[in-house]
Amino acid sequence: MCLAIPGKIKTIKNNIAQVDFSGVIQEANTSLMDVPLKKNDYVLIHAGFVIQKLLAKDAREILKTYEELSKFSE
Amino acid sequence: MKSSQSLVSKIKKIANEINHLVNLMEVCGTHTQAISRNGIRQLMPANINLITGPGCPVCVTDQRDIDNIVALSLSGVPIATYGDAVRVPGNFGSLEDARAKGGKVFPVYTIEEALKIKKELPDLVFFGIGFETTAPMTAYAIKNGLTVYSAHKLFLPAMEYLLENNKNIDGFISPGHVSVIVGADRLSSIKAPQVITGFEAEDVLIGIYLLLQQIKNQQSIVQNEYTRAVSNTGNQKAYNLIFEVFEASAGLWRGLGKISGSGLKIKNQYSAQDAKVKFKNILDKVKHQNTFHANCKCGEIIQGLRQPKHCPMFNKSCTPANPYGPCMVSVEGACRVEHDYQ
Repeated sequence: MCLAIPGKIKTIKNNIAQVDFSGVIQEANTSLMDVPLKKNDYVLIHAGFVIQKLLAKDAREILKTYEELSKFSE
Repeated sequence: MKSSQSLVSKIKKIANEINHLVNLMEVCGTHTQAISRNGIRQLMPANINLITGPGCPVCVTDQRDIDNIVALSLSGVPIATYGDAVRVPGNFGSLEDARAKGGKVFPVYTIEEALKIKKELPDLVFFGIGFETTAPMTAYAIKNGLTVYSAHKLFLPAMEYLLENNKNIDGFISPGHVSVIVGADRLSSIKAPQVITGFEAEDVLIGIYLLLQQIKNQQSIVQNEYTRAVSNTGNQKAYNLIFEVFEASAGLWRGLGKISGSGLKIKNQYSAQDAKVKFKNILDKVKHQNTFHANCKCGEIIQGLRQPKHCPMFNKSCTPANPYGPCMVSVEGACRVEHDYQ
């Protein structure tokens, strides 16, 4: 339940970002962030909220773990 | 893979130098999955024991809270909550059972979904479970009008409690995503060797190696291996939001009992949205009995005192399709993880 997933911001408006999770676009709320976010930023999402801004290389590494986890959960 | 092999060799060498039994506890359900998925327990030298702690939020939710939320549902109050929580059985069945009897129960992935449902069903109660990672989202929703039954918990007091009550813990593989919110610095209040790690096999192996280094050198510090997501100060805005809406109170944990300062109670200024206040007349009538299946060892498993395979019901009468306890219900529960990855 504490799993957080990285994604890339496609658009952002009024504290709602459209985030690309490996091709699947979902909404994420940015209200919990106190650093400015913009298009193409990589972020960590938990339960529909952005909880951290990530460096691109770190996001890719975390994403690799998540994909492995998903494979095993199927 | 090559780096994993080299890390395992380094772990074996330092374990040999330590030359006594070392118990390392992971306290995050995603770490439990990572350890089992990668077969890390089997790679450890004989004197290094990896034990699972209370890192699964669904598993540690107390029976009284399950019974209360099921009672609300059976009384006609619509309930929304995160996925696995609907399947945890209590004395009056689970939320899933309540739904089969006509209760309005909505499993959700995000609290925004609950806020949308509330527009149609103004009496909706959100059953809030989870640690510092999830509590900020619930705080946000309370500020936006959602009524909540809070079973939220603070993880750091539980780690302190575990250290005091389970003398066998030599170090913690500290939680990754709780730490994203609270920050590495706050973990230093817990006086034990700790390494915050990520969720790759290499992350966990580095964490174990660093813990063994601390133990060998008789250190008790917090090291942060998961710097790609965890900062020293954490997400201050999210952390502060928790305490804008909640106050720390005694928390009830399955297996661990009452731990002072580990619960999150909704502050009086938001009492209109506190389901424990709003539906007090229903909750006061709930008869709490400890009729939970006597052979279910979830309470001991949560504390790292027993392994799933040593529960007499594990994979026999208790399976993911027919779970008796929350450790088998939740995908992060120790029994479910053992079942899925064995």
